[in-house]
Amino acid sequence: MTTETETLARPTAPPLRRRRPGGGRRALRSTGKHVMLTAMSVVMIYPLIWLLVSSFKPNSEIFRDLSIFTADLTAENYANGWNDLQFPFSVFIVNSSIIALGAIVGNLVSCSLAAYAFARLRFRGRNLMFAIMLGSIMLPFQVLMVPQFLIFKELGWLNTFLPLIAPKFLATEAFFVFLMVQFIRSLPEEVFEAARIDGAGHFRSYTQITLPLIMPALATTAIFTFIWTWGDFFGPLVYLRLPETWPVSVALKGYLDAQSSSDYGSMFAMSVVSLLPMFLVFVLGQRFLIKGVATTGIK
Amino acid sequence: MSSLGELRDIAVRRRRGGARGKEKYPDNKAAYLFLLPWTVGLLGLTIGPMIASLYLSFTEYNLFRAPEWIGLENFSAMFGDERFWNSFRVTVVYVLVGVPIQLVLALGLAMLLDKGMRGLSFYRSVFYLPSLMGGSVAIAILWRQVFGKEGLVNGVLGWFGVDGPGWIGHPDFALGTLIVLNVWTFGSPMVIFLAGLRQIPEMFYEAASMDGAGRLRKFFSITLPLLTPIIFFNLVLQIIFAFQAFTQAYVVSGGTGGPADATMFYTLLLYKEAFTELNMGYASAMAWFLVIVVAAFTAFNFWLSKYWVFYDD
Repeated sequence: MTTETETLARPTAPPLRRRRPGGGRRALRSTGKHVMLTAMSVVMIYPLIWLLVSSFKPNSEIFRDLSIFTADLTAENYANGWNDLQFPFSVFIVNSSIIALGAIVGNLVSCSLAAYAFARLRFRGRNLMFAIMLGSIMLPFQVLMVPQFLIFKELGWLNTFLPLIAPKFLATEAFFVFLMVQFIRSLPEEVFEAARIDGAGHFRSYTQITLPLIMPALATTAIFTFIWTWGDFFGPLVYLRLPETWPVSVALKGYLDAQSSSDYGSMFAMSVVSLLPMFLVFVLGQRFLIKGVATTGIK
Repeated sequence: MSSLGELRDIAVRRRRGGARGKEKYPDNKAAYLFLLPWTVGLLGLTIGPMIASLYLSFTEYNLFRAPEWIGLENFSAMFGDERFWNSFRVTVVYVLVGVPIQLVLALGLAMLLDKGMRGLSFYRSVFYLPSLMGGSVAIAILWRQVFGKEGLVNGVLGWFGVDGPGWIGHPDFALGTLIVLNVWTFGSPMVIFLAGLRQIPEMFYEAASMDGAGRLRKFFSITLPLLTPIIFFNLVLQIIFAFQAFTQAYVVSGGTGGPADATMFYTLLLYKEAFTELNMGYASAMAWFLVIVVAAFTAFNFWLSKYWVFYDD
């Protein structure tokens, strides 16, 4: 999957270690390590696989036989679950997609603008503002929750996607600003110097030099924004009370409430549907995700 | 470098009196334009709301009538409320038990994943995946079943002849299932540790080998000290995040914080006060108390870091 990081991580083969006696013991240790890691992998991933397999089992079988090895599979749960709530599940998927897309565009534009200023420009108050920006990462959002709700209510934005999208256009997710600042700082000074000599102002230097060069950081931002907004539960819970405005996360909670306790199959099936986009993005964007976590410490 | 490292650097520079004070600022105008969206967001969605919620915390406010100033009444009601203290206790247990276990596991597995070993990227992906999905409703739903009376965990225990309880529905174990869920997402701190381990120069280990240091000695004399800034970073951030955990407790308990308030996280009680009971003033007081507690934990962490975090500058 990530062959690139693999090769990067390959050691420069310190010959000193090789000289040590006891090659057999090392092989043993290596085997033991792989056994441990494999066992751990199974523990970590088993619940997810169980969820997937169970979503294809008839309801009566799910808890009667907990194993994931079964021949008796059916797609019935998916057909049932899709239409279990007031609206078909496609409505919730579309809602989630709109919110995610809006949030991605917002974060990309606003965070890159702020990051350019922090990384490239010299201005009064930069250190203080930068510190405030970093500090805001650590502020518990609960303290903003009530007043923000009142603001959006005053604006008539309840039961619209705006409270979930508009703030992203104001660079409120400082993690991404920081990620991009780090990335811009690592670019060679000469590139900007050359642009300046050619008469490019800051705006052109931002659009034509910086943005193309920080594509990896933009990709990381887009991927994380997608995963967070797709999974976000709290925001929609507060702002979206009408079922037709629900995103996937809140709709799923609806299954839990509405369920006449026995129809686990369709609940599992829709859970799988809701996780699928996250999983795909994870597989496709892994490289960027791992990098992003390593540089900023985001989830 | 991590965001915490940056903050620390800025603080250090300020203390040293900053030689940059007299420099010119050639880009003032451009910078403020570039920062316009961020500034509007900071003032309108962060600083403004902080001031507003501080004000509201001294008032009684239910959305329908104008806020009424009641001084410290919200706070005294809060501190006299057994439910408030219960939610505080539940959250602190969740943080103080869950975060250390999560970090030890993350570090342990990062240590096992040697540079260039076979299957490295596979293991890393498998360990990392849960931390991406762990906050979602689907996983919380899954968790209800995994730890249910007939769930996976009891299925496994059944092989050993143990008849497990319904973990989710049991007041003594419900919180534990949420701690396990948080531990399950150790992947992201693990990736941060991995990145940190890669930055330790190979020559340190070579030199230690030549001096006859064994594996243990190398771990305690090289790896651990050089990793302390990253352990610190993870510790501070994971504690802050864990204090704010919400979705999992909400979904796993079906929105009740039950059984018997065993999973009534602080944030859950706060949400209920604000948006179910519409006690917006009281909720604001709770929010500010949370900020103070989180700030105190963070400050304590920073103070403690003097004694165990190793900076080589």
